[in-house]
Amino acid sequence: MAILINRNTRLITIGITGKQGTFHTLQSRDYGTNVVGGVTPGKGGTVHEGIPVFDTTYEAVLETKANAAMIFVPPPAAADAIIECIDAELPLIICITEGIPVGDMIKVKAALKGSKSRLIGPNCPGVITPGECKIGIMPGHIHMPGNVGVISRSGTLTYEAVYQLTQREIGQSTCVGIGGDPVNGTNFIDCLEMFQKDPDTKAVIMIGEIGGTAETDAARWIKANMTKPVVSFIAGAAAPKGKRMGHAGAIISGEDDSAEAKFKILQECGITIARSPAELGQKIAEVLKK
Amino acid sequence: MNVHEYQAKDLMREFNIAVLKGGVANTPAEAVEVAKKLGGNIWVVKAQIHAGGRGKGGGVKLARSLDEVEKLSKEILGMQLVTHQTGPEGKKVLKVLVEQGCDIDHEYYCGIVLDRSVGKICMMVSTEGGMEIEKVAHETPEKIVKCHVDAATGFTAAHGRKLGYALGLKGETLKKAMAFFDGLYKLYVSKDCSIAEINPLVTTKQGEVLALDGKLNFDDNALFRHPEIEAMRDITEESAQELEAGKYGLSYISLDGNIGCLVNGAGLAMATLDILKLHGGSPANFLDVGGGATKETVQKAFTIILQDTNVKAILVNIFGGIMKCDIIANGVVDAAKELGVKVPLVVRLEGTNVSLGKKILAESGLKITPANDLADAAKKAVEAAKGGK
Repeated sequence: MAILINRNTRLITIGITGKQGTFHTLQSRDYGTNVVGGVTPGKGGTVHEGIPVFDTTYEAVLETKANAAMIFVPPPAAADAIIECIDAELPLIICITEGIPVGDMIKVKAALKGSKSRLIGPNCPGVITPGECKIGIMPGHIHMPGNVGVISRSGTLTYEAVYQLTQREIGQSTCVGIGGDPVNGTNFIDCLEMFQKDPDTKAVIMIGEIGGTAETDAARWIKANMTKPVVSFIAGAAAPKGKRMGHAGAIISGEDDSAEAKFKILQECGITIARSPAELGQKIAEVLKK
Repeated sequence: MNVHEYQAKDLMREFNIAVLKGGVANTPAEAVEVAKKLGGNIWVVKAQIHAGGRGKGGGVKLARSLDEVEKLSKEILGMQLVTHQTGPEGKKVLKVLVEQGCDIDHEYYCGIVLDRSVGKICMMVSTEGGMEIEKVAHETPEKIVKCHVDAATGFTAAHGRKLGYALGLKGETLKKAMAFFDGLYKLYVSKDCSIAEINPLVTTKQGEVLALDGKLNFDDNALFRHPEIEAMRDITEESAQELEAGKYGLSYISLDGNIGCLVNGAGLAMATLDILKLHGGSPANFLDVGGGATKETVQKAFTIILQDTNVKAILVNIFGGIMKCDIIANGVVDAAKELGVKVPLVVRLEGTNVSLGKKILAESGLKITPANDLADAAKKAVEAAKGGK
């Protein structure tokens, strides 16, 4: 089961002939993902690494019956690539690109409303359902199939959490990187809702960051709607106010979006918190035993 | 990216947003020239630094004669201005803005930010002008009136009316305020701002609506399409190390501790600082080498970390996903040898080709302390910074 992607996912890569696009498409295919095509305007009709290339996403979807796209288009044109995927009515769009202007994402957000598409990212590692399908830049081999859902705003910190799970032989149902930007397509609540409904998921790890209210909104949602246990870590307790910590979204603007404030609300909402990022695996093991 | 008040006001003029006449000066003589050109008999001399609270810190003064303009400019230029946003060391003032005076009738607040929870631009106004808006939001949230602008409609007359009436404005003044808000929204969107803040926005006895102060921040990710904004960058306001790091695709932020950190990925980098603090340590920096680190970027990262003389130990924490541990290990060894790193080096590697990476470190002949996992790495780095055992 899992969420978002599985064996039946048919993937196209937007920006497939670029260096990053090529590398990660092949990595995903090696993992077992069914890559059915790619898009690079001007290169339609060619075959790249055994994969048919199209000029437009519309054409690619028509020809390949793709149901998911992975975007590797550079920041200035990335929002346009997302809009092209929305127009092609792709159910799932995963945008890896980092550095898209917020102004562009505000327009994308408006275009997503009422559309047939779900956007994951941008500025994210992607989505993986271990043993079935990998769409993104995460290292496949650290994952193992199982029953813990993982949602995170960050890339390598997600790998860290997944690695701790796999070390303890606790597998993952699906791992979703929602991205570190201030405006993204899918938030924690969207993923939590899917994990709550997914019979293969028994517990969830939610990895948040300083900045914004996404984690506290999620915490209140969990309290009201979620029956499965959630373990959470918020990165950035040591970050000074007003300094952007790498991610465009990771900046403390007021008292309410500091790590301390978020931990407090998460705890009040019945979520098991890990004060240390090294404790995520252990805390999940504990909640699974209960 | 930040700009100075005088630059923000130049941009506002382009969008027909009413501001007072003024000019920037680098010397007291230039300040007098600006004042002469402006005419009148009252001027305001304002320190230009990238920080708020300049008035309270003594960086904004009223002059009633040209002699006074000169005297005040002399005092302000070159001063180390300390405000609640500069830190105790303050910031050196290199430029002043000389503006004509005005008859203030009332002070308001007007700001535009992104509301992340809905992915929309939010304009807000308050009758509590001149106050710190966060304080107003905390203590009297009902005094802030907001409107969210949909990307499809843009800012409309309805938004303007709502905000103008909320400030209690009427007649011609209301119309002027609506035009002001509309102009500010257009500026925000077309220049890819991340913050636009007018505090205070004032009405004058003559019925004008003016931006008395102006703060604009810009989305760094959108600077590629705004060379005119990039050209306004004042590098004297930015940290030399942070700028240097940026050139190599490194994200570096200096902190006040003694453990240098070199990590891949922003989330893991933040988490590394957190776990050091949990173990009683104090990080000297945030440093994300990014996903595509090479030997050269690792070396640059070490150079930048070592420029901070407070650094007593370095923690390298790499989760090699796509990035291979052996490549990082080689980068670390080469950098440590070439730069002659004297402080203890704690290295934690995990992920792709980890055993090969660990072997390279072990056989390097360097005094590198390997760590098994995140917690172990933090403990060892904290011990090493304290003088170790």
